[in-house]
Amino acid sequence: MKKYPVETSLSYPKKGAMGKTGSWRVFKPILDKKKCVKCLRCWIFCPEGSIHREKDDSVSIDYDYCKGCGVCANECNVKAIIMEREGEKKK
Amino acid sequence: MALKDYPVDECLLQGNASCPGCPATIGLRLVLKALGKKTIMVVPACCTAVIESLYPHTSFDIPVMNIAFEAAAAGASGVEAALRQQGRTDITVAAWAGDGGTYDIGIQALSGALERRTNFIYICYNNQIYSNTGIQRSGATPYAAWTTTTVSGKNEFRKEMGEIILAHHIPYAAQTCISYPEDVISKITKAKNIPGPKYIEILAPCPPGWRFSMDKTVEMGRLAVDSGAWSLWECENDVMTFNGKSKLILEKKIPPKPVEEWIKYQGRFSHLFKPQRDEERLKAIQKYIDDLWERYRKCYLKP
Ligand SMILES: Cc1ncc(C[n+]2csc(CCOP(=O)(O)OP(=O)(O)O)c2C)c(N)n1
Ligand code: SF4
Ligand code: SF4
Ligand code: SF4
Ligand SMILES: [Mg+2]
Repeated sequence: MKKYPVETSLSYPKKGAMGKTGSWRVFKPILDKKKCVKCLRCWIFCPEGSIHREKDDSVSIDYDYCKGCGVCANECNVKAIIMEREGEKKK
Repeated sequence: MALKDYPVDECLLQGNASCPGCPATIGLRLVLKALGKKTIMVVPACCTAVIESLYPHTSFDIPVMNIAFEAAAAGASGVEAALRQQGRTDITVAAWAGDGGTYDIGIQALSGALERRTNFIYICYNNQIYSNTGIQRSGATPYAAWTTTTVSGKNEFRKEMGEIILAHHIPYAAQTCISYPEDVISKITKAKNIPGPKYIEILAPCPPGWRFSMDKTVEMGRLAVDSGAWSLWECENDVMTFNGKSKLILEKKIPPKPVEEWIKYQGRFSHLFKPQRDEERLKAIQKYIDDLWERYRKCYLKP
């Protein structure tokens, strides 16, 4: 990355500027790919940009940074995402 | 444009300092998808300055200039003038400020920049409070809402910034909401391609500020529009158009939901429901919204 020689406090872009924010999570979104209809609502609304969109418009969740807000689960019209308490597994 | 046509690239990087469920980051992601990388953003003191995260890093993958709370539009005017001097016409200058920085302390700089016909987009993300400093009232806070400086509910009604902006007769002004990605992106894209001053305000329901569950950010914006507590419109060269549900409400094709359907989910209004219902203030909230729509109809509904 190009660095600029300036005498001021200049910050440079970095993914994870506040670290791995996935550690903030209390609830974890779990995606059921079989139910997903690739509507991309979760992708467009995720406040963190932690839902990745592939070439075929399938989606996946980046748990390194997902903060566990649950917006994706709330906005998924076909309930392909459910929230699970961290460390607990629903069957 | 359908969702799948929006760019995959993100100019706001993951792992930033926003609260979970933050409406500002939803708005920023949408706005930056529309504006693209050739954008310089000017950000005053507000949550977004925190979302940029800690020196020497930033979560923004575009150039951002931070400036004093009152000076977003003045700073953007300077950036625009510098680019003009350099003959750079390919870069969009966007100010991005909160409601406190827009309705209250930044209104003078904003009005001045609009009056000077500065070529930039001013975007206000309106979470109806000073959230960065811990939820104080602003000129955008609705009547009766709790904040840390209105502990029994705000005594005054919000001001209508949109109407103040319209009095400047700029080429493009619009209101939208983070819950409507198509609406946000089409309005920002339109503004990008119009020379001169543009103003876009985005309603941004804030979970800690409004006291609702963080998974409901988008739903809270939808309910604001469905109830008429917020409206989607755009005004291009003095031609006013209401959009989506707001158009149907304006034309009385659908009735808005009672405003109670929006406020009952927000803890900042809970004192209106318990220990008993505060009918007087609930009625006053509804009347404010009804009167606003009647005013809109008088001004903008063609017979
Ligand atoms: C002149 C001045 N007064 C007060 C402050 C403290 N301050 C920083 S951000 C802020 C509130 C910002 O509210 P808003 O513009 O609505 O943005 P939000 O925090 O809600 O995102 C205040 C009062 C300041 N930085 N400068
Ligand atoms: S919102 Fe649901 S259906 Fe749509 S892409 Fe996301 S997981 Fe799939
Ligand atoms: S829980 Fe929140 S942060 Fe995590 S993927 Fe869903 S919307 Fe994004
Ligand atoms: S207080 Fe509200 S606007 Fe500010 S970072 Fe948190 S959720 Fe976002
Ligand atoms: Mg605010």
